Amino acid sequence: MFDLTKGIIYGINGPVIYIQGKTGFKMGEMVYVGKQRLVGEVIRLTSERATIQVYEETTGLKPGEEVYATGAPICVTLAPGILNQIFDGIERPLGEIAKSSGIYMSRGIRTDALDKERLWKTHLVVSEGQRVYGGTILAEVVETEAIVHKVMVPPDMGGIVVSAVPDGEYTICDRLVTIQKDNGETAELTMTQKWPIRIPRPSAKRYPASKPLITGQRILDTMFPIAKGGTAAVPGGFGTGKTMTQHQIAKWSDADIIIYIGCGERGNEMTQVLEEFSELTDPRSGKSLMARTALIANTSNMPVAAREASIYTGLTLAEYYRDMGYHVAIMADSTSRWAEALRELSGRLEEMPAEEGFPAYLASRLSAFYERAGMMQNLNGTEGSVSIIGAVSPQGGDFSEPVTQNTKRFVRCFWGLDKSLAYARHFPAIHWLTSYSEYLSDLAPWYSTYVGKNFIDNRNQMMSLLNQESSLMEIVKLIGADVLPDDQKLVLEIARVIRLGFLQQNAFHPDDTCVPMEKQKKMMETILYLYKKAKVLIAMGMPMRILKQNKIFEKIIAMKYDVPNDRLDLFEEYQKDIDAFYDDVMARNA
Amino acid sequence: MAIEYLGLSEVNGPLIALEGVQDASYDEIVEISIDNGREKKIGRIVECYADRAVIQVFQGTENISLMNTHTKLTGHPMEVALSEEMLGRTFNGIGIPIDGLGPVPSTLKRDVNGQPLNPVSREYPRNCICTGISAIDGLTTLIRGQKLPIFSGNGLPHDRLAAQIVKQASLGDGDEEAFGIVFAAMGVKYDVADFFRRTFEESGVSDHVAMFLNLANDPVVERLITPKVALTVAEYLAFEKGMHILVILTDMTSFAEAMREVSSSKGEIPSRKGYPGYLYSELATIYERAGIVKGREGSVTQIPILTMPNDDITHPIPDLTGYITEGQIVLDRSLHGQSVYPPISVLPSLSRLMKDGIGSGYTREDHQDLANQLFSCYAKVGDARALASVIGEDELSDLDKIYLKFGQEFESRFVGQGESENRSMSDTLNIGWELLRMLPREELDRVNTKILDKYYEL
Repeated sequence: MFDLTKGIIYGINGPVIYIQGKTGFKMGEMVYVGKQRLVGEVIRLTSERATIQVYEETTGLKPGEEVYATGAPICVTLAPGILNQIFDGIERPLGEIAKSSGIYMSRGIRTDALDKERLWKTHLVVSEGQRVYGGTILAEVVETEAIVHKVMVPPDMGGIVVSAVPDGEYTICDRLVTIQKDNGETAELTMTQKWPIRIPRPSAKRYPASKPLITGQRILDTMFPIAKGGTAAVPGGFGTGKTMTQHQIAKWSDADIIIYIGCGERGNEMTQVLEEFSELTDPRSGKSLMARTALIANTSNMPVAAREASIYTGLTLAEYYRDMGYHVAIMADSTSRWAEALRELSGRLEEMPAEEGFPAYLASRLSAFYERAGMMQNLNGTEGSVSIIGAVSPQGGDFSEPVTQNTKRFVRCFWGLDKSLAYARHFPAIHWLTSYSEYLSDLAPWYSTYVGKNFIDNRNQMMSLLNQESSLMEIVKLIGADVLPDDQKLVLEIARVIRLGFLQQNAFHPDDTCVPMEKQKKMMETILYLYKKAKVLIAMGMPMRILKQNKIFEKIIAMKYDVPNDRLDLFEEYQKDIDAFYDDVMARNA
Repeated sequence: MAIEYLGLSEVNGPLIALEGVQDASYDEIVEISIDNGREKKIGRIVECYADRAVIQVFQGTENISLMNTHTKLTGHPMEVALSEEMLGRTFNGIGIPIDGLGPVPSTLKRDVNGQPLNPVSREYPRNCICTGISAIDGLTTLIRGQKLPIFSGNGLPHDRLAAQIVKQASLGDGDEEAFGIVFAAMGVKYDVADFFRRTFEESGVSDHVAMFLNLANDPVVERLITPKVALTVAEYLAFEKGMHILVILTDMTSFAEAMREVSSSKGEIPSRKGYPGYLYSELATIYERAGIVKGREGSVTQIPILTMPNDDITHPIPDLTGYITEGQIVLDRSLHGQSVYPPISVLPSLSRLMKDGIGSGYTREDHQDLANQLFSCYAKVGDARALASVIGEDELSDLDKIYLKFGQEFESRFVGQGESENRSMSDTLNIGWELLRMLPREELDRVNTKILDKYYEL
């Protein structure tokens, strides 16, 4: 006979421990390991041994110590108090940990994920006798100054409300509602739900992508847009600006909630996010950015198994807010570190490696991760979305490595960062030739309705100019630019204006850091108007040399700084300037 | 009462296996006595089963036989004795004094593995350190609490550069705060260690230096612990004694190579180029020990040096390092060939913390714009040179010719400087503007118009 709830450690190898003999442990079950009660998870069972990965350092652990089963898989606690917080990979609040154990992360810490003492002002929206289903909203709590938290019935429950407390102040453990289930049992519902991190939260149905996630970044919104509920990958070698891109989206995108997962990245980066986001205000709500943000920080020196879990923890939090009817965007920085955690654990388990030492299940784990994104109709009928923006750190900046390649199969938006652009300090260093967005056609109706009829056509025209530039550059590299005919010189010049004046965007400039759609449209129109006019001149036989004497090209490049975001009327001046340039060249050379 | 175990069941490279052990814990340190105490070694338990432990011996397994050893468990992980007296002393790779001045008086011992800093407790580093080297101060500014590695190759002057940084580093305003240097050498040549020792002596800082030396002929496994010992000392001095500590780790490539050696004798599944899958995590536990902590005085700044095998920046060691550290300073062989010192290859070099530690209030208002402009112009120099090598310099447009000239001047006057030349921040920035004035104003598209008016038109 074996004990269902206990095992004895037999062997230890880094974050992996073995228990000999048959145990009653379940696959994926959360366990406490050893005297310090380190958190672990069961990952393999055979008749001889159980294998457990431990989410904390195993230094000092001894064979012979006990392992206790908890009976449940690794879960996160879902209730008010998640936002404006920073957690580690298994939802332990880092702020609380710092208070109790000092500047270092000590082991075996057991704190509640969320504050159980705090009283929340609660407004109930159900009444006695009402029938409730999984997902039905029971109460509303003002969680932060920007977000109203909606307390819901857990997805697997339902019944008739037999009693409900009056409006007032409650903790997350207080009973709010008692329901009678269909089988006659009663259940007491609090604000708190638990949900296993590896299982997607259910929803009623999935909508096709139809609305863009507006980020205020020109190269994204105009050139390679991502839909709400979409998936995007940002691959790039070190120093190309993955983290910067993620920060910009986290700051300025029009999502309601941001979940920022720092997975195996730098400690100072998380500190920076904490500091910066607390100081910045959300342009839409006017409140602090942290009021809509939750951070998951599992820095590179924190235990590797928790790094693997951090991605799922973040996803589950995101799905929970989606169920309330919010649009959530997840920044996962970086999914390569997560894949490496998989590789590291797989190596410790002595599994047969596939490509580059990564386990063969890398592709299926990646697809399962990205498929949890989507625009959904929730169980309670509201509409919400989870968009995933995953950074990828390819080894040696080489996009042919397995994580980038497999990610490419499962995302529909690819923002490839380029080393040579980063070296020339062209930021964002997203390369227009390697990047793509499959959402472009899905979103075309939205753009033509809400931004402008010609928007997509203009965008395509700019793309085609950039493509022409790249093939012309092949020639220029061989024989120099001087021998090109003037119409091709014009293409090069306009492409330069597009690159410097439109694609390049300064994240540190107060106006340029986030640009509204309307300004993006006007900038694009202005550049193309210049092209149209200049083309006419060239067709009449004017040499490019003469056109270049006019400062108009430089003036258009500088318009991103010169036109404030709230003075879009100034674009009419630019139209006039271009006309003046046309007339001037005509008058002097006709 | 500690039990001693007689004999071993297996010796394999740096690893030994012990059967029938009781009460061993993972990562515990064991003492091994050979031939009745004629030789003593220490080791660390790297795998641990109910009755069997695999031990990694720091000093190598020479002289160990299956019969002649007594192994004793110490009951604790690797620890190092800490004291302020460690400055001015020299230690071997596992923290034992080798300068003949006897043991360090100390009552405090600490686990060398350290613990991860809670991100909430960190303070974002903002104070820039002036190194007096234009290419670093101007373009890849070093910030206190940063980890900024030097990516170098064999035969390049990375040691001289590191020594110059040590000699010249200051907070810029004659700050008199307590500072110290922790120097850890892993598998470096005797000459290199000696060069650093002489440099520290010449510049009069040797009283503030704690040196940890694991030389090229010292046991390989020992160097796996050297950076951890050094950083434990650095953290103690910084966060408990309020000192500003600069840690120089050289050479991280030897460290990674030692990991590969041990990993393969453990029979682990290799990932890239035979390095173990946990190379990233292991490097991260070292690099992430730099930083500043809220409410504490001191700081730990790291300058790890690594030699890129075959000058390949995509090799796993520089690659993974670059993903953890906050930027990198890359040295370039062709610049070195042209006798440019320091041969810093500006374009791939980067300091991630620079943007928040420069500009008005820190260095000078034009710093960021100037740096961006220099980067961007120098990138164009590369294009012009590529073109010139195809069509010849004479055929270039006038603008491209100016760029070529700019490139040359930039390399010789801005990047190049004397080994003892200590340039102030404003000198560095002024040289930058002098160079930019070679170019027509329209070409300067990264600089704010106001700043251009002020600095370009002098």
